[in-house]
Amino acid sequence: MNDKKDRILGLIPVDWRYDLTSLPYVRRMFKSRWMPFLPIVLNLFVFTVILMAGLTGGVSAGNYNFGIMFVWIVWWVLLMMVMVPVFSRIWCMVCPLPAFAEWMQRGSFLGVRKKLIGLNKKWPKPLKNMWLMNFLFLATTYTTGFITTRPLATFILLMSIIVGSIVLSMIYERRNFCVYGCPVSGFQGLYSNLAMTEIRAKDPEVCKNHKLRECVIGNEKGYACPWMQTPFSMKRNTYCGMCLECFKTCKYDNMVFNLRAPGTDLLVDEKRGLDEAWKAFIMLGISVFFFLIMQGPYGILKDWANANTIEGYLSFVGIHSVFNLLLLPGIFLVFAYASQVLGRKDVPLKKVFINFSYTLVPLGLMAWIAFSFGILFPNSSYVLHVISDPFAWGWDLLGTAKFPWTPFMTGVMPYFQIGTLLLGLALSLDIGFKISKQTFQNREEAVRGYYPIAVFLTAATMFLIWLFTG
Amino acid sequence: MKKDKLLMGILVFIMLAGLPLMLAQSEEPKEYVIPIEAKQFSYTPNIIEVNKGDRVTIRFISTDVHHGLYIDGYELETNARPGQDGSITFVADETGKFAMRCSVTCGSFHPYMIGYLKVKPDYRLFGSIWLALGILIGSVILVSRRQKP
Repeated sequence: MNDKKDRILGLIPVDWRYDLTSLPYVRRMFKSRWMPFLPIVLNLFVFTVILMAGLTGGVSAGNYNFGIMFVWIVWWVLLMMVMVPVFSRIWCMVCPLPAFAEWMQRGSFLGVRKKLIGLNKKWPKPLKNMWLMNFLFLATTYTTGFITTRPLATFILLMSIIVGSIVLSMIYERRNFCVYGCPVSGFQGLYSNLAMTEIRAKDPEVCKNHKLRECVIGNEKGYACPWMQTPFSMKRNTYCGMCLECFKTCKYDNMVFNLRAPGTDLLVDEKRGLDEAWKAFIMLGISVFFFLIMQGPYGILKDWANANTIEGYLSFVGIHSVFNLLLLPGIFLVFAYASQVLGRKDVPLKKVFINFSYTLVPLGLMAWIAFSFGILFPNSSYVLHVISDPFAWGWDLLGTAKFPWTPFMTGVMPYFQIGTLLLGLALSLDIGFKISKQTFQNREEAVRGYYPIAVFLTAATMFLIWLFTG
Repeated sequence: MKKDKLLMGILVFIMLAGLPLMLAQSEEPKEYVIPIEAKQFSYTPNIIEVNKGDRVTIRFISTDVHHGLYIDGYELETNARPGQDGSITFVADETGKFAMRCSVTCGSFHPYMIGYLKVKPDYRLFGSIWLALGILIGSVILVSRRQKP
C-alpha cells in the first residue's frame, strides 16, 4: 500500500536517490582494486597498535589504554553515530579483522584468482539468518564488564574474531564469517537499513539483459560477491558488506552508490523475519542495560558485570538475557496483538509482530547514539593521552600525554540525548505508519492498527528519556 | 472518527495533567550538608535530590582509594583519599539531573563510577516528555486525516 509519493518525515521522497558514483573520481576509486585494500591496510596498522596495547596493558585501568580508548570510544562512537546511520556497513568495507582470512583464502592481496583456497563449503542452511549473530552478540555483552575496562579482554575479543574468521574461511566459502558469524555484523546489518546510503543496481533492465551475472559469479576484474548476495537485485543493506567487488565485475558500470532518505530499506516488505525482529529487541534492550551498567548510579550492577561474585555475575547474565530475549519481545507482542485486534483480525499475528518490529530500528539506533554521547563527552579527553603514549611506556609523541581528564560539554549533553531520542521517535512513528499500511489492507485498518504501536514507541521513548536524563 | 477524537482527547488530557507538576512552586530554599561516601565503583548515596535554590555542601569521603567527584553542568570538582575528605559548596541554581563522576583514576571501572545530583523541579524532563507526547499526537492527527481522493 506504500507508494512512491510517500516521504520520510514528510520531507524526502522514499524513492529519491542521488548517485554519488556519478562523480567520476568516486566511481574510479570504487572500481580500483586498491579500494578498499588501502583503507584496510591503514586500519590494520591502527588495530595492530590496539592489539599490542591490549596485550601489554593486561588488566590495568582501561581509561589510559590505547586499545580500550580506541575500540570503545573512538571506534564505537564513530560506528554508531556516523558510519552506520550515514554510510551503512562502511565499517565492514574497511574492517581489518577478517582481512587475514580473506587474503589467505584468495592467496592474494590485490589480484583476482579464480579458485579460492580452503574447503569452500556452503554455509549450513539453518544458520543462514541472524540467530547465530544474535546469540553471539548477546554472549559478547555478558563480558561487557571486562572488554570495555581491561585491555587484555579487548585483545582476546579481537583476536577471537581474527582467529574465528580465519578458521571459518578455511572451511566455508567466501566471507560467511562476516555474513553470519561476526558478533558485530548483525546489528550493523539491521541498523544499516536506516542508513542514508546504499549500493544498488542503477538500471534493472541492464541487469535483466545481462544473463552472465558476473557480479554473482565473478570475472577477471573482481571476485564473485564475497557476501553471497545478488547485487543486481539487492533491495536492502542488511547483508551488503560494501566490499565493492560488484563495482569491479560489472562491465556496464551499472552498480551505484546512492544517497537516499534514511530508513527506506525498512519499508522493503521482503525477507523480514523473526531473527531480525529479535535483533531489534536485543539491541534496544542492551542499550538499556549498557546504560545502567556504564552510566547508571547502581554500584551493585557494576559489581555484577564486573563478576565480583559468581552469584552476582550469573544474576546479571540471567536478568540481561531474560529481559532482552523474553520480556521486551513479550511486551511488544501485547501491543502487536492490540494492533491486530484493532486493525484486521485475519492478518496473522506473526506478520504483525515481525513487520512492526522494524519500527524499533530508528528508535534503537538513536538510543545507541544517545548512549554514545554519554561515552564520548565525558571520556574523549583520554584519547589525547593515549595517542601520545599508546603503550603506557612514558612516551609523549604528540605532547598530549599529560593532558588531564577534561569532560567536554557534559552540561548540555542531556539536550543532545533528548533531541536524538525524539528524532528516533519521529522516525519510528513515520516508518511505523508506512509499515502499518503494508501490513493491513486499507488505510482505515492501517490507522487503527498503528495506534498501539505508536503508543508503545512513545512509551519506550519516554522511558529512555527518563532513564538517560531524568 | 469519534474514536480518534477520543484518543486525542485522552492524550491532550494527559499532557495538560502534567502542567500543575511543572508549574508547582518549589519550597523555600534550604541548606543541606550531604556526606557522600566513595568506594570502588559507586557513591553512597548514589542519587541526591535537592530543590532549586538550595545551598548544598557535599562532604566527600573515600573509604578505599583516591577518588574524585565532578558534577556535570555545575563543573565543580573535589577529591578525597581515605582519611582526607573533600568538600564542595554550591547553590543548586540549575535544575535537572547531573552526573557526578569520579575524576581520579581509581581502577578498572573508573570511567563508569557515576552518581546523580537531581535538582527539582526537572523542567527539562517534563518538557521532553511533553514533546514526545506532542510528537505522538501530531502523528495520530496526521495519519487520522482522511486522504484526499
